[in-house]
Amino acid sequence: MENNNYAIETNDLSIHYGRFTAVKSVNMKVERQKITAIIGPSGCGKSTLLRAFNRMNDFVPGCFVTGELLLDKQNLYGKTIDPVEVRRKIGMVFQKPNPFPKSIYENIAWGARINGFKGKMDDLVEQSLRAAALWDEVKDKLQESAYALSGGQQQRLCIARTIAIQPEIILMDEPASALDPISTLRIEELMQELKKNYTIIIVTHNMQQAARASDYTAMMMIDDKRAGSVIEFDDTKTIFMRPSDKRTEDYVTGRFG
Amino acid sequence: MTRKAFDTEIQKIKDEVILLGSMVEHALLGSVEALKKRDIKASEAIIVEDKAINRKRFDLEDQLVTLIARQQPMAQDLRLLASTLEIVSELERMGDYAKGIANINVRMGDEKLLKPLIDIPRMANKGVDMLHRALTAYASNDAETAAGIPVEDDEVDALYNQIYRELMVFIIEDPKNIERANWLLWVAHNLERFADRVTNICERTMYIAHGSFEEIKQSDDEFWKSRKPSDN
Repeated sequence: MENNNYAIETNDLSIHYGRFTAVKSVNMKVERQKITAIIGPSGCGKSTLLRAFNRMNDFVPGCFVTGELLLDKQNLYGKTIDPVEVRRKIGMVFQKPNPFPKSIYENIAWGARINGFKGKMDDLVEQSLRAAALWDEVKDKLQESAYALSGGQQQRLCIARTIAIQPEIILMDEPASALDPISTLRIEELMQELKKNYTIIIVTHNMQQAARASDYTAMMMIDDKRAGSVIEFDDTKTIFMRPSDKRTEDYVTGRFG
Repeated sequence: MTRKAFDTEIQKIKDEVILLGSMVEHALLGSVEALKKRDIKASEAIIVEDKAINRKRFDLEDQLVTLIARQQPMAQDLRLLASTLEIVSELERMGDYAKGIANINVRMGDEKLLKPLIDIPRMANKGVDMLHRALTAYASNDAETAAGIPVEDDEVDALYNQIYRELMVFIIEDPKNIERANWLLWVAHNLERFADRVTNICERTMYIAHGSFEEIKQSDDEFWKSRKPSDN
């Protein structure tokens, strides 16, 4: 029987910069409509791996990938695959909120229009802002600049912008590290809402955040050749209460990292 | 990331737990000694000292909760702090058994002991010895030693059974002995429960090390096995 519960699967996925292997042989099955966190010390390849999931590394000169990244059984690094289409299905939210220098409304509408959205734009903008728990705060100032919003609001706008394209998966690269604790909690609560419809993969340095917000956690480490790999992948409770790898235990208890 | 401060706090907590344990050991041995000598003043002192045990337990609980809030521990650290909360509450209850025995001595007034105490001090010594080693195992994170202690509770249970039978003989011989036999039966019961709680402490030490709950031994097993209705 095929298990259709996985949004993304990787088979020996490795990421190289020229002759240097940055991330080695990742085998992960990311469950649909769950939140999967990637943790690990700085420089272990978390963000590199996350970026590989929607081919953002294509922009980095000399960067190439071996192995497979499967979305619905299709290798996203296959020759016939259009990376733009990949990024439509797999959206990304970055560490620093990066709204376009346009109105709140246009931040949502622009990407959708480029992607050929033909429906009622007003409805899409409202739905997306509601889904990102931002509607009530901005409904009376949709034509104002996105830059007028607070950092936390800007980040939720970026999430709304991602949702507007109707992706299957949302990648988040430290989405709350530039935000205050209240804004951070709002993002985490929003993630719990979003996972009803989307699969979320989040990179975080904040272990409490991974413990609070995620269903599964992948622990990454670098080896002596500085290649990062996933050393343990399990449900979040196990990773934080009873990890099987000593290095994971040492990391989550703050003995290194 | 340095965690020297956190490790120092953890060591401080462990030291305090050992200290609380020795207060409990002291109270239990003292309560039985006072009963043996029918020294009511000594028993009254033990009742007063129980307040210090209770106080220390609350202090430790406060320190533990503060440490959990401030350090947000994970994995073995979290298991250690959560288990220590449980252990300090066990120790406080064990202190109550000592107080219970002291109370019995006070309430007996100038009544004489039904019989010289032989097995009761043995139970107390055995229980305190088990507790001492259980806390040493806890402090040194020695799950192997902890796993080996609970089986010794059978010795305490056997002594309890022996005392029970002996006291029943006194009652059957002369029902006027009921009151005085009952006092001693309660003392033995307190000591039996005391040793049972050592098992709980050992289970916590194993949980800290292994991360899973393993019930080592059903408390009261031996005693109740010998009390089936068919035996009577």
